[in-house]
Amino acid sequence: MTETGIGIAAAAPAVGVRGAIRVWERHWKLHSFYWRSDLMGAVVQPLLYLMGMGLGVGALVDSQGAGLLGGVSYLAFVAPAVIAAAAMNVAAQESVWPLMAGFKWSNAFQAMCATPITAAQVAGGTLLWLTTKVTISTVGVGAVLMLFPATRTVGVLAAIPAGIVTGLAYGLAISAWTATRESDTSFPVILRFFILPMFLFAGVFFPVDQLPDPIPLIVWAVPLWHGVELSRGAVIGGLDPAMAAIHIAILLVWVGIGFLACTQTFTRRLTP
Amino acid sequence: MADAPSSIPVVSAHNLVKRFGEFTAVDGIDVEVRPGEAFGFLGPNGAGKSSTMRMIGCVSPVTSGELRIFGMDPATHGRQIRSRIGVVPQTDQLDMELSVEENLIIYGRYFDLPRRLCRERAAELLEFVQLSDRATSKVEPLSGGMKRRVTIARALINDPELLLLDEPTTGLDPQARHVLWDRLYRLKQRGVTLVLTTHYMDEAEQLCDRLVVMDQGRIAAEGSPRELIQRHSTREVLELRYVPGQNELQAERLQGLGDRVEVLPDRVLVYADDGEAALREVHNRDAMPESSLVRRSSLEDVFLALTGRTLND
Amino acid sequence: MHADLHPQADTVTTINRSVGGLLRIIPASLWPTELLRVRRPQRMVERSAMVYRRSWMVLLSGFVEPFVYLMSVRIGFAALIGDLNFDGQVIGYAEFVAPALMAAAAMNGAIFDSTANVYYKLVHARLYDSVLATPMGVADVALGEISWAMLRGALYSTAFVVVMWALGLTSSLWIVLAVPICVLIGFAFASLGMAVTTFLRSWSDFDYIPAVQVPLLLFSATFFPVSQYGSWAWAVQISPLYHGVVLVRMAAFNQWSWSAIGHIAVLLGIAMIGLGITSRRLRALLLK
Repeated sequence: MTETGIGIAAAAPAVGVRGAIRVWERHWKLHSFYWRSDLMGAVVQPLLYLMGMGLGVGALVDSQGAGLLGGVSYLAFVAPAVIAAAAMNVAAQESVWPLMAGFKWSNAFQAMCATPITAAQVAGGTLLWLTTKVTISTVGVGAVLMLFPATRTVGVLAAIPAGIVTGLAYGLAISAWTATRESDTSFPVILRFFILPMFLFAGVFFPVDQLPDPIPLIVWAVPLWHGVELSRGAVIGGLDPAMAAIHIAILLVWVGIGFLACTQTFTRRLTP
Repeated sequence: MADAPSSIPVVSAHNLVKRFGEFTAVDGIDVEVRPGEAFGFLGPNGAGKSSTMRMIGCVSPVTSGELRIFGMDPATHGRQIRSRIGVVPQTDQLDMELSVEENLIIYGRYFDLPRRLCRERAAELLEFVQLSDRATSKVEPLSGGMKRRVTIARALINDPELLLLDEPTTGLDPQARHVLWDRLYRLKQRGVTLVLTTHYMDEAEQLCDRLVVMDQGRIAAEGSPRELIQRHSTREVLELRYVPGQNELQAERLQGLGDRVEVLPDRVLVYADDGEAALREVHNRDAMPESSLVRRSSLEDVFLALTGRTLND
Repeated sequence: MHADLHPQADTVTTINRSVGGLLRIIPASLWPTELLRVRRPQRMVERSAMVYRRSWMVLLSGFVEPFVYLMSVRIGFAALIGDLNFDGQVIGYAEFVAPALMAAAAMNGAIFDSTANVYYKLVHARLYDSVLATPMGVADVALGEISWAMLRGALYSTAFVVVMWALGLTSSLWIVLAVPICVLIGFAFASLGMAVTTFLRSWSDFDYIPAVQVPLLLFSATFFPVSQYGSWAWAVQISPLYHGVVLVRMAAFNQWSWSAIGHIAVLLGIAMIGLGITSRRLRALLLK
């Protein structure tokens, strides 16, 4: 065996899942400088939102129209949904500019593909990284929920994975899109035309049946709504197990399609 | 000539000092640049060239000493001075959000030129730097040499009397450098005063009528490239390469050869008016090198003689 | 006077001294004296217009936001909350929140334009270095960039007013005054935002901005009346946004009071201080 042969043999273990983990490591190392943003985004901001919306607006809602919410306080209605909504927002943010930086501005992904790491592994590493970010965020909001007696339940533990899957449904689909882009002009449009309306209308702040037809039907296609139903059901109860299974199944389909799309577009982008 | 307006020096500095806190970047230099001249600041990184250029460009206040540009004080007439100079900074600083042509037009607008004039001049200047076909292209995909040419075109939009160029060709490939040198030479022919910094000897020899060698914030020597070589070096230089680690040992055998013997990390230099004769003497002394080369003296040798250090930082 | 690099060698200081003791309570470093050196701020606006000529989609997408927000308030929150009592008047919740959302949108837009956008140009693109090599000065850069933020704000505010009208969320004609009010809000926050930006050391410092912005959004009598705050009601006065919210509500409900002058003064004061700091800091950063 020649010297170069040994070199290749030594590099070989980096294929498969391990290669994806190497990609994740790079994200993680870059990220450790930014832990403050996680603390702000995952804990401080949800806390402020819940104090402002849940308690402030909640006082108005509870004094007038609590009947529409099925008898729970507005805080108890909104807070669990914030787990899923925060996951969506974090995942969407992470999949536009930061990802574009890897593809284009810093060329980090191209540099990785010059090593034994493959494009599919870059996609896998990005999936792992999105999971990490979304987990940090959902756990943070979950911790905030424990501060309020109305939402201090074991169900928060079940709401966290529901939030994570919701985040991934968005993150992977948007990452796949980002991988096909040459400039960042579409990003504000995505955030404003898609993410923001979903945030406001997919059942986080008020029940979707308040919306005019056919919107309550359209929300079936919206991952956030499924995530919200799951996390709200987990925390304050009242979710039919069969429905829960359907919500989970639809979210997983989104994640699956998103990952396949990512592998495709990442490969096309990164292989010359 | 003495009382003609053009006899006012374009740049005159007396005992010019620039300090950043404790650090003295420019340590009392005297410089005078005459109209139409191509003047160079030569020196390694950190010699104080860029600080001097920034003071001349009126974007860095003078710590002490006197500085006049076109006879005006940058501290009080910065705007007027800047409206008459063009600046090619060390990094291009082009506007990445705009096209090549728009870069030039908006720059002209900063000088308060009418929009139509900006458009006309932009077209002319892109012609001048041979980039007309890239006028509507974004800046980002251009090569380093093209970006540099855009930067030079941009610096000329206000038809400046003085052009400041901070390391105009650093990082460019040889072809791109020659194109740039040619354009700068044409500008000089048109009467534009050029002040440039460089750490390339060949560039200084190509472009400068007169130059100063700067080292650690001071001026080590001043004159035309030819004068400096005559004054501080010999006509020819003999370069000798030995097996690594042998330089010091072999140099002892060469003692007294030529005017001077210099030991560098990678080679030994013998300064002599007749290089071939010196090489024969080396053979006679049984100090056979791995390879040898006889060449004309250059500014690099001047720099070595003046500072005792190589220029590669 | 052409004082350029030495602020002290300038008429400005003399003017300052003659203004006298009354105003000396404000430290001299906060005085927007650089503003007297403004010559051509409009050139920075011209540049931004050139840039956005191509990305009109981004500008246009800004119109969607007011629509989406106002719809969610009208369909969702208004149904949950019904009417509320505001200054002795019974009004619908959507009518109550809409003006506040308009003020908040003006704030958010101004903060975005003056922080992330400016930081990129200041540190990465080094745009201002090349601008300052021309006859343009730091005050031109500061006021120019802030003016662009205000102009964009005016555009969005107009869209907001149109949407409010279309959705029947205001019946006062005076609502048109909400546009200049929002431009003023934008002026205050863009100046403040740009001043803050000149102190940021890296992108990770941007994490602190939402930490200030979100509480301002939530606790400026935006989503619920001051009475909800109980004994903490006085604290909203600290929030610059609150003053803007009050002014836009005055326009929306055509209920004016002399206190408007005070609110305007607060916003103008913030804008001036922000501009002064920005110019000084740009000088310190770029004209070393």
